[in-house]
Formats: sequence, structure tokens, C-alpha cells
Amino acid sequence: MNAPLIGARIQRKEDYRFLTGAGQYTDDVTLPNQAYAAFVRSPHAHASIKKISADKAQRAPGVLAVYTGADLASAKLGGLPCGWLITDVSGQPMKEPPHPCLAQGKVRHVGDPVAVVVATSLEQARDAAEKVEVDFDVLPAVVDPVKARAKGAPALHDIAPDNTCYVWALGDKAKVDEAFARAAHVTKLDFINNRLVPNAIEPRAANGSYSRANDAYTLYVASQNPHVERLLMTAFVMGLPEHKVRVIAPDVGGGFGSKIYLYAEDVVVTWAAKQLNRPVKWTSDRSEAFLSDAHGRDHVTAAELALDKQGRFLAMRVKTTANLGAYLSTFASCVPTILYATLLAGQYKTPQIYCEVTAVFTNTTPVDAYRGAGRPEATYVVERLVETAARELKIDPAEIRRRNFVSEFPYQTPVALQYDTGNYGATLEAAQQLADVKGYAARKEESLKKGKLRGMGYAAYIEACGIAPSAVAGSLGARAGLFEAGEVRVHPTGSVTVFTGSHSHGQGHETTFAQVVADRLGIPLESVDIVHGDTSKILFGMGTYGSRSIAVGGSAIVKALDKIIAKGKKIAAHQLEVAESDIEYDRGVFKVAGTDRQKMFGEIAFAAYVPHNYPHDKLEPGLNENAFYDPANFTFPAGTYVCEVEVDRDTGQVSVDRFTAVDDFGKIINPMIVEGQVHGGLAQGIGQALSEGCRYDASGQLVTGSLMDYCLPRAGDVPSFKIDTRETPCTHNPLGVKGCGEAGAIGAPAAVMNALTDALGVKDLPMPATAQTVWRSLQKQVA
Amino acid sequence: MSVKVSMKVNGKPASAELEARTLLVTFIRENLRLTGTHVGCDTAQCGACTVLMNGRAIKSCSIVAMQAEGADIMTIEGVARPDGTLHPMQQAFKENHGLQCGFCTPGMVMNALDFAQGHPNPSEREVRESLEGNLCRCTGYHNIVKSIMAGARAMGGKI
Repeated sequence: MNAPLIGARIQRKEDYRFLTGAGQYTDDVTLPNQAYAAFVRSPHAHASIKKISADKAQRAPGVLAVYTGADLASAKLGGLPCGWLITDVSGQPMKEPPHPCLAQGKVRHVGDPVAVVVATSLEQARDAAEKVEVDFDVLPAVVDPVKARAKGAPALHDIAPDNTCYVWALGDKAKVDEAFARAAHVTKLDFINNRLVPNAIEPRAANGSYSRANDAYTLYVASQNPHVERLLMTAFVMGLPEHKVRVIAPDVGGGFGSKIYLYAEDVVVTWAAKQLNRPVKWTSDRSEAFLSDAHGRDHVTAAELALDKQGRFLAMRVKTTANLGAYLSTFASCVPTILYATLLAGQYKTPQIYCEVTAVFTNTTPVDAYRGAGRPEATYVVERLVETAARELKIDPAEIRRRNFVSEFPYQTPVALQYDTGNYGATLEAAQQLADVKGYAARKEESLKKGKLRGMGYAAYIEACGIAPSAVAGSLGARAGLFEAGEVRVHPTGSVTVFTGSHSHGQGHETTFAQVVADRLGIPLESVDIVHGDTSKILFGMGTYGSRSIAVGGSAIVKALDKIIAKGKKIAAHQLEVAESDIEYDRGVFKVAGTDRQKMFGEIAFAAYVPHNYPHDKLEPGLNENAFYDPANFTFPAGTYVCEVEVDRDTGQVSVDRFTAVDDFGKIINPMIVEGQVHGGLAQGIGQALSEGCRYDASGQLVTGSLMDYCLPRAGDVPSFKIDTRETPCTHNPLGVKGCGEAGAIGAPAAVMNALTDALGVKDLPMPATAQTVWRSLQKQVA
Repeated sequence: MSVKVSMKVNGKPASAELEARTLLVTFIRENLRLTGTHVGCDTAQCGACTVLMNGRAIKSCSIVAMQAEGADIMTIEGVARPDGTLHPMQQAFKENHGLQCGFCTPGMVMNALDFAQGHPNPSEREVRESLEGNLCRCTGYHNIVKSIMAGARAMGGKI
């Protein structure tokens, strides 16, 4: 019963239901009298809507209703809000164009929803959707964020005639320019951080229902943060009181950021449910997901690093144009700014950094946070520059990093963050050993004998996780708090149900959080259940993104547990007739210090609910505590990745032969689960580097609109990973944890591209470096 | 046009009057309410809908229900023992953390059951090749590969 649970490889509590087909995802929920929605979407990237004729659709079999933007406007449904205000360098707020749930007069990207058909079966809804006739007046479109700012480019929104949402800057430009002027060497790279489509394997889904009897709504939705979804939907779009809307995010099949946001479909099915007085379900198919799920990345960047003769970094200068897509998605504005420029110090004591970001509207699907969100883009800039500088100065790439590592903590970066702790030399050294860097030369020789090229690359990443201190976030433009809430409900017989505002969609919180609870209380793991994902059960929650669940959500639970123990001590002191200060709590037992007199946790729980011998003058009965935890700082997971690739000279085929990752996530609760998070992140990072690239043609048609065209990594495309951890506990949360969900996706692209450019002996290659890209590069060298 | 289809699903007879265009996966999910079989794409790429038809793994999104007339279908709900004990392949996924969000998992397990019949002691390379038709976005495949290698050994070539 008292075996240590923190750090134990406990098998997951949630697995049985997933392995037996008993998981319940949103599309698995079919309610009595269920109706089905199909959306009519724009086939054009940019067009005025002259007329919508829904008559034929309305007369089609099974159709209950067809709604258009005009219906939503007359019902006074608002547009989708943006949750983060960025202030332009001019001092003006960013441009926030309306983002209607169904198009109002104009469509701005392929897939922009124009109308919805609700019918008694899904097939009927889809058949009828094809009968909705929309007369479009096609307008010129722009998909490239740099071209979108050129004179004469088609303007998407009246309030942003130059398609510019904001220009934003961080750092001291004059000091940076001065450092560049005296630098012994400047390394310069221009790159595109390729647009990605998140592609959680469960497509988004939403099932809205309405009860006339209670005048209340229920929405089942594939969401990473049901309370945030409810808050945005009720307060900003539908004008409903929150207590009349219940949002349930049941089992959710992966998110990676794409299920953070409030989407038009969620609002429309909820609203339509009341109009029709029956539940309305929409489930995205994959083709719709490509068009309507928020995409990720899509930066065009010019970056420079100034160094002295010894390879010490003097300054960094970065200019980025970020493609936001056609509208501002929920957190789009903070991704290329607050979550990007602040990470440009990386693991290094670069004294001066200046970053300027121009955020641009284009006729493409909105872009928002995708696994890593800004931090992969920053790491790519830093780590490609550092590796390139090392090559140019003929310094070993590990050595140039060592020379520049931050080694004293806390460390204040020139880009606003304060790193609390870390040991970057330790993760680098461990990664070099695990990767057998010493054996690299022999492996390269072997590859050459087979007629193949081999290259090795490093990436030493840092991320800011555990998002975020609310006051800091607020000062930077956040329109929400970023705490987390938790509740610990001890039942009369001593078992415990814990309610958390974090949401698990693959991360295994039902196990990890239960380990935290059982360890802190000293009770069996089987006595603890974790409940998440339902606004009617959980007091509040900000949800799961930015690797914040254990650092913020876990800390809230710990706070509540400490309140439970404190109350338990009072009850025990009364029963044992001693002063409260004489009671110690140790692994499930309230003891009188220095004696053998004690009460078990279960006895105290029972006493709280059967309060016969109880300090009624001082305490209420019951044993149930809430806590809100607002972090004091971000957490700073960091690590070093080493990648080795082998390239087939004839075909350009790249194989990731070895991939080593050594991460510092602070304290680890369940190493098995943490390893799984790293594996998954690495595969997504390798995907970004080598195969995933979202492409539009010049007219704004998505040419990578299915899994036949957009290449997700398959089992044969990635190696078995070598991974390990080093530990410097976070200094400012009670568990010493930092978070691990995004690391792999943050560090891997730079490591892969550093390895690949090394193999080919070229300065740079665009991502994704597909076989074709690599083959072309090889042909150029031959020529 | 509606048609009557009859088959055996997880050992029990199942039949319905369906529109001829009804996919096998729709029949399984909507008519039989066996929602463990998932739909993750619309181009037969992800494999989340994989079931066994007469002992072989097929993508149930890629055939219409009437093509399975008279067939013996096994879905993820039919894999564990009647008393609820996990099948060795399911157990291997649990022990090796071969799943995270669980959405691709039923398809992974069903595909692995078919593969393991002919590969009682597979190599890593064989397992990776066998997963060519199944996508996972969570695990990076590392632990799925370990799970299937362990599960196949435990099965000894027999479902």
C-alpha cells in the first residue's frame, strides 16, 4: 500500500475501456430523436455571396431545416471571439475582423461555412447539403502572407485593408543593431516554417441538445477545455448565462491544440438544437477537418545570429511574417508573439535579442496553436542558426552550445522570461553518450560503403510550459485567467473522487493524477478516481494545452489535498484529544507525534460524515475541498536531441536512422506515460521535417486536402527512439514538475534538419524535406 | 434502394434493412451500436475502422454492408474473453503503453490480430511494415510496435 507512486510505471486506468471498444467519444453519443447536421462550405478561397437558394434542400427527404448566415444574424448570434489581444507597435490594438459562424456576405477561405442542413439522418443531411445552391462572385485570393501585404493584394477584411492584423516587436533594436555592427561573424538564414494540419485521428464532433423543461443546453464536443468552450460560447457568442449550458468533452481522440478552440460548428449545432427542439449532431469527416480545423505554424522568417571570434553569441535579430489565415482563431494572436519571440533565447545567454513579427490575414484556413505553438518555430530559428554558425566557424556543434549555455539560475533572458532552473550541460552530455556520438564516424563510413550519405544534427530546445501566471498573461494581452481548478471529494469510507479542470485526450491523467493523489494521501491507487471533461461536475477549468496539466492542474489538486489533510488533522486532534499541532500525517495515518496513538485516513473520513465525536464548534462536517492554483511562473522543460539520418543518393529518400532525446521535465510522476508523450511528439516533429506540408495553390485551393496528399508519418517512417531524462525540479510548484507534452514536437524538426543539411553538405533545405526536395538538392550538387 | 443484410458479428447473428449504400462501418456503429470501431478518415488511410471479416483484417469503411452478407465479423468488442479478461494482444497493448487517446487503438488491435496469426515471433521491421495501413498520431508507433511484438509472441499464432 505504501510503495512509492511518484515515479512509478503504473499501467493506465483508462486502457481497459479503450482496448475493449468501451471508450465514449463524441460521435459515439447518439441521443433520443437525434438529428444530424451537414455544413455547406465555400469551394472558393475568396468570394462574395450573391444569393443562397435553399428551396431544393429544404424540400429534400428528411430535412428539418436549412440555416444560413442571415438566420444567425437575425437571431443575434455573435461571431467567434479571439482570446488574446496583441498591441501593434503603433500602440493600437490588433485588427479584429468579425468571424461569423456562417458566412455573412463573403467567404474568405475554402471550407468557410456558408449554410447548415439539419435532417433526420446523416445521409439525408449530406444529400440535401449538395442541393443548397450558392451563387458566388469569385474574388482574387492571396495565400502567401508576404504577398498579402504587397500593394494591390486582395483585401480580406474592410478593417484591415493591408491584410495586416498587427506588427509587434520585442527586444531592444538599437542595442541589437549595435552588437551586430561589432560582430566577428554573422550567420544568416531565411526559412519557412511549414504549415501543418494537426490531424488528431478523432475528427472534431459536436452534439448539441436543448431541454425546454429546464431551458438548458447540453453540448457534447471533442474539446480540450470544456469550461473555456462554454465561457466563450455563452458570454461572447450566444449571450446565454453559463449555468444554462453544460459542456461535456467525453473521451477525446487526440487534440494537439486543434481542439482548444471554439469553432463555428459547436455554436451552430447548439443553437439549432433549440430551434428544432431536438439534438443536432455534426461529425467532421477528414476532408472537412483539413479545411476547418485550425492549422499550425506557417512562418516566413529571416534570422541572424551575431558571434564573436570564439563563437560566443552577441545578439540575435529575427523578422517573421506569420500567416494567421482568414480569421483570428481563438488564441491565434499569441502564438507567433508571446509563445514565440520570448523563446528566442533558447538555452543560451545571448545578451541581446530583437524580434519583429507581422501577422497577416490570407485566404487560408485559420492558423492557431498546434503542439508546441510558437516554441517549435522559435527552436527551429535558434537551433538551425546555432548549428549553421558552428559549421561556418568550424567549431564542434556541441562545443559551441556549451560555450553559450545559461549556467546560473534564475536567469533573466532579454526576451521577458525568467528561467527558474535547468542543467543544459547535463542533458547535452547525456544525449551525446546515449547517441554514441563517438561511434558516429564509423557509422558514417559504413553508410558511405553502402553508397549512402549520413549526417548528424543536434537540437537543444527550451520551452515555456505550465501556462501561465494569470497576471503576467493578462499584462501581455490574455483575456482569460490561466489558473487551474481542482476538487477532492473524500467519501465516507475513505475512497476519493478528484475533479480536475484539466482534460485528458491521450495524456493519461486518470492514472498520473491518481498517482499524485494516492501518494499524497497514502491510500491505495484503486481508491482514487479522476473525473474530467464535464462542466456540470467540475467547478471550473482552463483545460489542457501548453503542457500545463500536471504543472498547473496537478498543483491545484495538491493544494486541495493539503486542505484535506489539514482538516483531517483537526478532526484527528479532537478525537485523540490532543492539540492540532501534535498531529502528524504520514502515509494514510494521522498520528500523535512521538506516540503510537493514531487514526487511519478512512476513520477520519468516516468521522467527517458521521460526526458524532466531532469538533462542531470549529468545523463543518464533510471532507471535500476545492482549490484554484495560479502558477508563479512558467516552467522551463529543456533537453538535447541528436538525430542521425541516412540519405539514399539515387532516390533522395531520407531515413531517420537514430534519434536520441534526453529531456529535463523536472520531477516525473509516471515515466512510462512521459516516454509515450516524448515518442509522439518526436514523430510529429519528424513529420514536420520530412513529410508534412500543407499546400495551397495560388487560387487558394488546398492541394493537400486528404491523408492521400498530406503525409502523416507511418510506423515505417520513424525509428525506435532512444530516450532518457535528467532532473532539475521546478522551483515554484509543489510537485517540482515541468510538463512533457510538446517537447518532442519542439526539438525534433531542428535536429532532423541539422542532420539532413549535414548529410548533404548544404546550408539549408525547406521543410518538409521530402525525397523529391532532397533529390533535387542532390542533382544541383552533381550539376 | 434498401436491402436486407445478415451476418454474424462477434458470434451473434445481426441483420437489418439498409440503404444499399450503407457502409459496413455504419452498420456496425449505427445499427448495432458497436461504437468501438471508429472512423478517422474518408480515404481508407487511417485504419481506425479495421475489423476482422472471416478472420482477416479489413477496413470496414471501404466496403458496403451487403458485401459482408453471411460473413463472420469480429469487432473490438468481441476480442476480450466473455468474462472480461483481456485478450493477450489487448493485454500487451496495456502493458507496453501502446495506446494514448485510444481512438486508433481498436483498428491497431484488430490489424495486429490478423498479422499475429501468421507471425508468431515477428521482427520490429515486420511489425512496422504490417502497420502500413494504420495511422496513430499519439504514440509515435514506438510502443505500438513493442505491444504487437509482445502480443504476437503471447498469441503463438492463434487468435
